[in-house]
Amino acid sequence: MDFNDTPDEAAFRAEARAFLEAHCKPKVAEKDRMNRSLRGVDYLKAAKAYQKKKAEAGFAGITWAKEHGGRGLPPIFSVIFGQEEAKFDAPSAPFAIGLGMCLPTLIAFASEAIKQRYVAKALSGEEVWCQLFSEPGAGSDVAASKTKAVKEGDDWIVNGQKVWTTGAHFSDFGILLVRTNPDVEKHKGLTMFIVDMNAPGVDVRPIHQASGGSDFNEVYFTDVRIADDHRLGDPGQGWGVALVTLMNERLAVGGSPGPDYREIMNFARSAASPTGEGTLLQNEAFRQKLADWIVRAEGYKLAKFRTMTALSKGQAPGPESSIGKVINANQMMDISNAAIEALDHYGIIDDPALAPIDGAFHQSYMFAPGLRIAGGTDEILKNILAERVLGLPQDQRADKGIAFKDLPSGR
Amino acid sequence: MNFDFSDDQKSLKDQARKFLSDKAGAKVTRRVLDDGGASYDQSLWRAVAEMGWLGAAIPEQHGGLGLGRLELCVLAEELGRALAPIPFSSTAYFFAEALMLAGSEAQKTALLPKVAAGEVIGCFASSEGPGAPTPSSMQAKFDGAKLNGAKVPVTDGDCASHAVVVAKEGAGVSLVLVDLNQSGVMRATLKTLDPSRGHAKLEFKNAKAERIGAAGQGWELAESVLDRAAVLIAFEQVGGSQACLEMATEYAKSRYAFSRPIGSFQAIKHKLADMYVAIEVARSNAYYGAWALSTEAGELGFAAAASRAAASDAYYMCAKENIQTHGGMGFTWEVDCHLYFRRAKLLALQAGSPAVWKEKLVKRLERRNVA
Repeated sequence: MDFNDTPDEAAFRAEARAFLEAHCKPKVAEKDRMNRSLRGVDYLKAAKAYQKKKAEAGFAGITWAKEHGGRGLPPIFSVIFGQEEAKFDAPSAPFAIGLGMCLPTLIAFASEAIKQRYVAKALSGEEVWCQLFSEPGAGSDVAASKTKAVKEGDDWIVNGQKVWTTGAHFSDFGILLVRTNPDVEKHKGLTMFIVDMNAPGVDVRPIHQASGGSDFNEVYFTDVRIADDHRLGDPGQGWGVALVTLMNERLAVGGSPGPDYREIMNFARSAASPTGEGTLLQNEAFRQKLADWIVRAEGYKLAKFRTMTALSKGQAPGPESSIGKVINANQMMDISNAAIEALDHYGIIDDPALAPIDGAFHQSYMFAPGLRIAGGTDEILKNILAERVLGLPQDQRADKGIAFKDLPSGR
Repeated sequence: MNFDFSDDQKSLKDQARKFLSDKAGAKVTRRVLDDGGASYDQSLWRAVAEMGWLGAAIPEQHGGLGLGRLELCVLAEELGRALAPIPFSSTAYFFAEALMLAGSEAQKTALLPKVAAGEVIGCFASSEGPGAPTPSSMQAKFDGAKLNGAKVPVTDGDCASHAVVVAKEGAGVSLVLVDLNQSGVMRATLKTLDPSRGHAKLEFKNAKAERIGAAGQGWELAESVLDRAAVLIAFEQVGGSQACLEMATEYAKSRYAFSRPIGSFQAIKHKLADMYVAIEVARSNAYYGAWALSTEAGELGFAAAASRAAASDAYYMCAKENIQTHGGMGFTWEVDCHLYFRRAKLLALQAGSPAVWKEKLVKRLERRNVA
């Protein structure tokens, strides 16, 4: 057992480090990172410029095949680059979904001509992609998508609404899951398309989140025309295509945003104990909770090391890599809540000028509920763990053998 | 990054699992549990000694296999999984580790070969009553040659031939070695939550004893022994937790209610997924503990505390939810759920309670941050 890179990994890490030092600023404080909205035009410009440099230096599409402009390296190298990149203020966020999820799907299902058209421009950051799956009536049950496409000559006409689309407002293209046949079972009537986000009839509107910010969008489609050669997979095979997209989500794991046990420990050194004696860090009940947070955060970090070990040996990562989602959002919730409650009545103040660490605990408190839902709710992820890892039977479904159009939808 | 056991260590683990599924398991555990007089299963003990496991981490010069702590960790996981009713942890994790850590050459030469051969059963005696022992709470006294006082409870104290005892010496605390087969030692067996393992109260009246390590160094040494044992016990806890999850999963697949497998209900799925997450957190922390133990890293204190805090909580959760998943059957004597529920509590307390280790974890992190 050791935590060392292989010689190849070490060389790659050094190369990555040199690139990042040349092209990125040092990491910014947590509060600045959280405060920076993805809506800023300057941020997107900087991100595109950075992505271009990455592509030129061979750090875009590290695991992609060379024929698609990638470097053809095993997944461990992508993880290593990600580790190093996380130590800098690297504006990579706008490309996470496109390059992490959309383009691998496109590469798997598109024709050669379509790949020629889109892959290189995505990799170089010239064109940004988003993923249009969730709908108001299709969240956890995303296969219940109602947005429909109807064939008209060589084109498809799309009508409906998607929601929670990250980055839709700055994306050039998206992959879009729609219903093309409501007369068959739910999972069998879906089809995946590439959609031009600037096409007539596409209307992107920001969502005003409970946390106050606007990081996501609603996207409305009114008679949007898509050429048939922009279809990914056969009509009716959209669910299988979507699963490929969602599989790719698994490797795109990062740490949880927001304050963790280190921040609350620092805070607790000077905060008063609720007993009125000594500091919060001297309070026995707090220390016991702190230990639980340490154990979970370290356990998650070390589980990722086990995943890296498997990748480094060229093996498939074990299921331990999927525990992060269930741990991190709840931990972020609990830590921010504990810090706020420790302030007693004063804890209600979230003004960054008055609240501890510039209001980061308060921001985290308001954002954590969203993280427990985003990317699959905790409940759905537990279902996935139970079914795919433990092999438990699927829940009894009320939609088997029934045409989609005849399913009860509640409203 | 190579944060995993080697292929050789994994094959040792496979061998151990096969061996224990044949020689140990709930049936063997029940032989001790259901026999009021027995404190351990002697045939399993002999078999484990013949395999060399007791000496896995003991150097060859002292009669062991000279493998290492990582090998002992994989064996511990399998012994925990199998609910082995033998004084393995007391002998290999506490007694042998104490001797290897601080014993004189004469002590090591005299005892370690016998430990490896299964001829000596060791135990570790620190607690003297309710609450966590501290240097100032110690009543047992060592005067340089004789030991007086009482220790309660001592895991495997009813069957052990030797004990490492934490005792006051002058103003400080020392670690002392006692041969339990002498007239100055009285044993009274104790009734405990886990009767598949023996427990005793040991009383010392002018018992002949000798120091392990220097006078006054006993508390630091005891803490070091506990850190080592904590990692190894964490592997037993992970093994036991995993067994509970597998048992509950199998039952949830085959037990029908409302004309469907209960494992198809989300209430059961989420419970089992939570168990899985707790085990992976515990396993990952335990691996870190194993790394720290095997490399004598300065991180051992922190890693041991994290291993133990995670594993104690995971085993408690998995053992109780295994019963819950089994419903009424889980509350019967004949179904094995309660064996794990009992062992989970013993292992959570044997080297200090979860609360004590969580406090150690925070304290050690504070110290690390200062250093």
